[in-house]
Amino acid sequence: MSRGTRRHMDKATYYRGVRMMPYDLIKELAIAMVGVLVVVLVLSVTLSSPDVPSVTIQSWAKADPVDFVTTATSELAGTSGVATYGPPYNNQNGAVQTLWFLDPQEWAGVHVATNAANDFVLSPLKQSTLGDSELAGALTTYDGAGSDQQTTWLTNYSDALAKATVNSDGAVVVPSGEYGPVPVMMARMLALGRSGGLDALLLSSDHFYQTDFSKALLFLGDGGYLGNLASAQNLTGDQWGMMNETGRYPGQAWLWLYTMWYQIPPFNSDTGFLGVSSANTDLAVVGMMLVLSVLLLLVPFIPGLRDIPRWIPIHRLIWRRHYATMPKAPGGDTVRT
Amino acid sequence: MTSDALTPSPKAGAEASTPAPEPGWTAAIRRRVEKTLPITELLPTRQPAYIGSWVYAFGVITIAALFWLVLSGVLLAFFGSAWWHISPVGKFFNSTHFWSVQMFFIFMVLHLWGQYWGAGWRDGRATTWMVGVVIFLVSVVTAFTGYLIQQNFASQWIAVNAKDGINSTGAGGLFNVLNFGQQYGLHVMLLPIGVTLLVVLHVIQVRSRGVVRPIGDPVTADDAGVGA
Repeated sequence: MSRGTRRHMDKATYYRGVRMMPYDLIKELAIAMVGVLVVVLVLSVTLSSPDVPSVTIQSWAKADPVDFVTTATSELAGTSGVATYGPPYNNQNGAVQTLWFLDPQEWAGVHVATNAANDFVLSPLKQSTLGDSELAGALTTYDGAGSDQQTTWLTNYSDALAKATVNSDGAVVVPSGEYGPVPVMMARMLALGRSGGLDALLLSSDHFYQTDFSKALLFLGDGGYLGNLASAQNLTGDQWGMMNETGRYPGQAWLWLYTMWYQIPPFNSDTGFLGVSSANTDLAVVGMMLVLSVLLLLVPFIPGLRDIPRWIPIHRLIWRRHYATMPKAPGGDTVRT
Repeated sequence: MTSDALTPSPKAGAEASTPAPEPGWTAAIRRRVEKTLPITELLPTRQPAYIGSWVYAFGVITIAALFWLVLSGVLLAFFGSAWWHISPVGKFFNSTHFWSVQMFFIFMVLHLWGQYWGAGWRDGRATTWMVGVVIFLVSVVTAFTGYLIQQNFASQWIAVNAKDGINSTGAGGLFNVLNFGQQYGLHVMLLPIGVTLLVVLHVIQVRSRGVVRPIGDPVTADDAGVGA
């Protein structure tokens, strides 16, 4: 019988000779609904659900002021992750990934325009100068200096932050040096962060309503504080993080395959293989999953993949009772045509 | 009225026995629906005996989990995105949403594996398999957007961590995981509607074509049978 014939066979013909039995679809669905509801309710009542409170800029500035100031300084100096990232945030190339001739990040271009120095530091500070002549003066000095002078101040201050201490009122103290107006700016930045004002300023826009947290999350992500908290919860990429959840709850377990590639060579290798390495892991993994998804979609048409169910007879377990009723061939095997 | 009018001609009699199809788009669609999926096939009372296997329960359990998933999601959406952080009742319904998701994926994956090992795409059912795979992939994206809008530490970290993967493909400007408003709209509106419509289509496909016969059954002559 040809495949095309079977494809267009009416049901009566298709099921000819098949033993039929009474079947109550709605009853089965109702039982499934009640069963699932009971399980869900029991799990909800006994285990609840994960909800570790969000980190705020304020909580970060209070818990780890040196990391906060170090991050703010790197944003101003243009050396932070976001400042050097590339598309879709800016025209740098620090995080741009390519694979063979593929350069989709550059091709797509800048669509979430972000100026790290201005958006995360200068703009919030300039909005806070009212009644603060010292800050206003520091900003005037900073803006009036040449870029070489700014770089010298910021480099010196960044180096000094490695030896920074935190005094009793939470202020960050560095050894004396040539920093220009930077210490005043960073002291105000820290005060703004500790007060909670920076949380609001990073969300401000030209409109009253706001639902885009891009700037606040990018600034938060540039620091080490958020990543350290994630690492403690086994959520980072090299900890199978994308399929984990905070606390002892199941996460997105269905992402296990996607997450697995990040744990093995060449995806996590510095040397790499066939152009795939840790330098372009994300693009390579997404590409790999795209290919695998297409293969899964087209299984019915791919010789070999579609034959595995016949070669490995797990179907004999699925239809165990059915095969037991099929007539046997003289050799003892079930009759197959 | 003449006698001719009371005595139909042979030609008229033939037309009466096989009336011409009613014209119009509506009638054409009705005929197609009646032919493709008559109510007896949509709600069958008899099925092949070989479906007496637990593997056949996974699909219907997945649909049951989807029902509770959507219902709990509607409640969470109605009371606002922050509700479950400040209300014990909201927390309870968030928990039902959370565990419904887990149930939904567990049984959807079991259903997928069951259909793979039974080569459920045979005998003209390839598109049924393909729609099922698309449901799985869209569900993964839907769940991902749900994790992004939890408004807690997990959603912050997932957004910051996942942005690099999305950005590397060039899609970061279009699908901005840091933009709560965009992800909220996708999660509570567009993606669930997409999943639900695809599931409806999948069920119609299954019901209109019937359950595939076991591998090696006589009708599936090349019981290679695993071909599309």
